Amino acid sequence: NKEKKETNNFNTSVTVLILFSQVVLKIIKHYQEEGQGSEVVQGVLLGLVVDDRLEITNCFPFPQHTEDDADFDEVQYQMEMMRSLRHVNIDHLHVGWYQSTYYGSFVSRALLDSQFSYQHAIEESVVLIYDPIKTAQGSLSLKAYRLTPKLMEICKEKDFTPEGLKKANIGFEHMFEEVPIIIKNSHLINVLMWELEDKSTVADKHELLNLSSSNHLEKSLQLLMDRVDDMSQDIVKYNTYSRNLSKQQQQKHQYLQRRQQENAQRQSRGEPPLPEEDITKMFKPPQPPPRMDTLLIAGQINNYCQNVKEFTSQNLGKLFMAEALQGHN
Amino acid sequence: PAPPPHPHPQENKTAVRPPACRGSVRLSPAAGDRASLSKMSVFGPVVKIHPVVLASICDSYERRNEGASRVIGTLLGTIDKHSIEVTNCFSVPHNESEDEVAVDMEFAKNMYELHKRVSPTEVIIGWYATGFDITEHSVLIHEYYSREASNPIHLTADTALQSGKMNIRAYVSAQMGVPGKTVGVMFTPLTVKYIYYDTERIGVDLLQRTRVAPNRTKGLTSDLSQVAGSAARVQDMLATVLAYIEDVLSGKVTADNSVGRFLMDLVNKVPTISAEDFENMLNSNINDLLMVTYLSNLTQAQIALNEKLVLL
Repeated sequence: NKEKKETNNFNTSVTVLILFSQVVLKIIKHYQEEGQGSEVVQGVLLGLVVDDRLEITNCFPFPQHTEDDADFDEVQYQMEMMRSLRHVNIDHLHVGWYQSTYYGSFVSRALLDSQFSYQHAIEESVVLIYDPIKTAQGSLSLKAYRLTPKLMEICKEKDFTPEGLKKANIGFEHMFEEVPIIIKNSHLINVLMWELEDKSTVADKHELLNLSSSNHLEKSLQLLMDRVDDMSQDIVKYNTYSRNLSKQQQQKHQYLQRRQQENAQRQSRGEPPLPEEDITKMFKPPQPPPRMDTLLIAGQINNYCQNVKEFTSQNLGKLFMAEALQGHN
Repeated sequence: PAPPPHPHPQENKTAVRPPACRGSVRLSPAAGDRASLSKMSVFGPVVKIHPVVLASICDSYERRNEGASRVIGTLLGTIDKHSIEVTNCFSVPHNESEDEVAVDMEFAKNMYELHKRVSPTEVIIGWYATGFDITEHSVLIHEYYSREASNPIHLTADTALQSGKMNIRAYVSAQMGVPGKTVGVMFTPLTVKYIYYDTERIGVDLLQRTRVAPNRTKGLTSDLSQVAGSAARVQDMLATVLAYIEDVLSGKVTADNSVGRFLMDLVNKVPTISAEDFENMLNSNINDLLMVTYLSNLTQAQIALNEKLVLL
């Protein structure tokens, strides 16, 4: 029984994520003001777990990492912030973190490590990925991810060799699981929404029905090509490793055979056999390359492809709409 | 015509009150008297508010302590020549009773420091309070904030919906009265505008759709359903315009020239391209998209295959 308690059960009961409006607005504002270009902005999500729902009620941003702020203590900032928020009755429980992304490239070692440490400490924590470029194209793009239990096991063991991964039977599709998001508003915020609608001017930019697609496609494909290059390099490395391994096996085999032959000859001549030497010291096995990078790259490529496919399907729809508008059929 | 100010001579309240301020005056028009308010004062800068500030204010109001009737907090933003842009805020704990008011200044300073770490360009530009009117305590708090920022603005948001709507108003204070004898402070209203970044606008559009859902929730859709939703909205708009045109044609509504000009713009926006050219353009675009889809499917198959091979 004691053993059962010690093994961490990484399966949580949280099935859906509830997001409140102010969190969405704060994340959007944070990126808009502080994130230029391809820099990522990060922050902490606060909330609580209710039954099978993870409710995120507030968030606060993290300052950017600057070189001249070397003695900036992140932990202290976080502690102070949470203490202050507690005074004004804001939920001060850490339930996850958010990060912005550039064209969907967020599957990296850093993210994996951070999410692992979060999830290890707090079982239900998620990472919320905000895609500002996709949002600017017309629809809010927020996705919540969590590491699958299998991946958690592997990270805990820190066993990234091919054999380890094979044992866990994990593929790039089983790295992250997505948690569906629902946006919820209190009644007061509803009133605010009505008020805003009443007072604001109509939006003059309707980006969602924009027909131009080449810019976005070019950038996405560029990133995809870079990843695929990385992937092919990785594959080459793995191939050389397995070739070296098999060559070494052959050499070992030959050496043993020669030894046996010699020993047989010596015995027939009545001389003492040669001492058995330590095989492993003579033939050091080559280092197996860590497979975690491959997994990450594969996951990232998968993500890019998904995004590209979504984008093209939307654009095809828009093109057909334009055709209908022209009236030529 | 401006309504007459009500003077409030106060004397010998508790020591919290600074000696110079003997009276307070609030220029508050009757509820619902919006027309006169807008015609009244445009003195001073325009206040541009981002929706994130209002959402935070509503949230702090909902989380207020037992017995507190209103919450106050600091407003952060940037100051321009003609406008003040309010981009952030945080609530400050305070206690208010009949006679005195206590605000946790340490807390306010601390929070501002923390916020400055993240966005160094934001400065304290004023403070907010929920509730319908400006009270005497507001004068004191405003006094404190004048020390932090030059000419702070005061924002009120009627979260208790006393007048049936959430009135969001901004004020700036000005000295008034006879110098040397009775001096007072007057709060003059400012024009309030709501301003959005592009992405904020899109976010707010999505949030708006929770209004109509039964339990105030809305999932995030993706893919083609969004385009379909957009198309449905355009269809609705076209239906409205068509209904208007029908009315004008049948004489029910008098024709308006400016609307007519807009309509002509609208119809001319669809470019006239010969059928062949359009066909070509359409086909080449579709080919591009299909090719990219094919490539990405191929890549995905490739990595899946690679993985299976490695795990052999």
